[in-house]
Amino acid sequence: MTDLTRATAASLLSLMQTKQVSAEEIARGYLERAEKLNPGLNVFVHLDAERVLDQARVVDKKRQSGGPLGALAGVPVAIKDVLCVQGEPTTCGSRMLRGFKPPYDATVITRLRQADAVLIGKTNMDEFAMGSSTENSAYGPTRNPWDPERIPGGSSGGSAAAVAADLAPLSLGSDTGGSIRQPAAVCGIVGLKPTYGRVSRYGLIAFASSLDQIGPFSHDLADAALLMEAISGRDPMDATSVDTPVPAYSTTLDTPPKSLRIGLVREFFGEGLDPEVAASVREAVRVYEAAGATVKDVSLPHSRYGAPAYYVVAPAECSSNLARYDGTIFGHRAEDFSAKSPEEEGLPPLVRMMMASRSEGFGAEVKRRIMLGTFALSAGYADQYYTQALKVRRLIRNDFDAAFQEVDVLIGPTTPTAAFKLGEKSADPLAMYLSDIYTITTNLAGIPGLSIPCGLTSTGLPVGLQLMAPAFAEENLLQTARVFERATDWHTRRPPLA
Amino acid sequence: MDLSRDDVAKVAILARLRMEPSDLDLFTGQLNQIVGFVAQLQELDTTNVEPLAHGVEVRNVFREDVRGESLPREAALANAPRRNAESFLVPVVLE
Repeated sequence: MTDLTRATAASLLSLMQTKQVSAEEIARGYLERAEKLNPGLNVFVHLDAERVLDQARVVDKKRQSGGPLGALAGVPVAIKDVLCVQGEPTTCGSRMLRGFKPPYDATVITRLRQADAVLIGKTNMDEFAMGSSTENSAYGPTRNPWDPERIPGGSSGGSAAAVAADLAPLSLGSDTGGSIRQPAAVCGIVGLKPTYGRVSRYGLIAFASSLDQIGPFSHDLADAALLMEAISGRDPMDATSVDTPVPAYSTTLDTPPKSLRIGLVREFFGEGLDPEVAASVREAVRVYEAAGATVKDVSLPHSRYGAPAYYVVAPAECSSNLARYDGTIFGHRAEDFSAKSPEEEGLPPLVRMMMASRSEGFGAEVKRRIMLGTFALSAGYADQYYTQALKVRRLIRNDFDAAFQEVDVLIGPTTPTAAFKLGEKSADPLAMYLSDIYTITTNLAGIPGLSIPCGLTSTGLPVGLQLMAPAFAEENLLQTARVFERATDWHTRRPPLA
Repeated sequence: MDLSRDDVAKVAILARLRMEPSDLDLFTGQLNQIVGFVAQLQELDTTNVEPLAHGVEVRNVFREDVRGESLPREAALANAPRRNAESFLVPVVLE
């Protein structure tokens, strides 16, 4: 059996193509690792070994019979528990969806099946994708494979930790304000948030529909390109998915970018940035200069308004999207909805049932955001908060448009610090919100962002370099990141797991 | 602006969330902190700035008006907390 702690999707594909190893052996290898490591890390919240092995055996049979095989034939892909998989538990890290089994597959799941990938488990996440640490989960926190006392980032912390700990070579996450890039950075792997509209959101349980986007996690860019290619493209089931052709990301990855003008975002180097993170990013700049890039300082003047605008827009959309969880059609219903106070006695039993179900089903952070969004959209405040936030969103997009007149790609740190300790920010929602300050603005602008490992701190924690490109420029974004990856070996580092 | 405990209680009813008195105290403090933070948005002059609802502005996406398959009834009912053979069951609405 091959050493899975050095494996990538590309290396496994090549071993399977030359019949040195079967998809079933690979699946068994990862399942054995999960048996050993999952009790400590809490990466998978649902993992059905038999269903995993069944899928692998189907691929092996297909290969033996010489039939045509998909681009990910036999490669295990771990799935964030926010994506609908038909007939399998899909719970969004919430008590609200305990036992929920979707009646259909998300489009990205359909595409993975078409590519003959093996779906390996559902990964832990912050409840309804709201959080930056994977601590807001009904299943308890996921731990960072590099240091179990630290958070793996969030909200896709389980999917990031799955790849970092080699429990799967690939995984899918979703990114609304940084939920792919921030966990990728603090887990030392690659994470890509595609352009809004590049990947269908059909079957992605909605948090903030104008910001949510599904994307890949992997050890290196070749694997990210492979998974990106498999999931991208227009889908009639998502009217916001666009018709722009999908480039052959995995074929063109090693083509040098036609132009290598890089902008260093001045506003991402201010107060709050850890000096070791700053040093790693500055070192990455030197790597690019040595590779022939022109690097200049660029300003995104409205960056500091990104988090305030986001924490109006995202909760507003969340309060609307999560109104569907009312205990009637699916999800948790409270047994006891008798009136608990004089005010409640005036409410009809149906309304009391909905209120009791929602209060029992949702955790504190989800309630906080629903409340915030309900307030920001309420009569008398909607113009002051919601409309103003959308106008500021335009100013943030204009900043990016202006910057991309001068440079091809923007770079900076993905996160202000390396992974923080479990519990460190749980009691202070605002401090938690600020861990996404460098990633939030790309979601507001709709553009793609990528995090790639670019260093380790003196205590051995991974640091991420963020690259951002204009809408639908993923191909150039990957090629530009590849210039850095080719010159460094950070993507080959693995956590010191037992 | 400051949100009072009563304001937060009103928002909770609009949001269909039942709040214990201790939750109301905690949320009043936290929501005021967050609303204070997002109030920075008021510093910017946004006269003549068009609101941006989506980063990638796609407009008027049409498809042919053809009937497709819908979810079979049993699949739609499968996750219901209370149901009978053909409906979702909820507490009585009209006496």
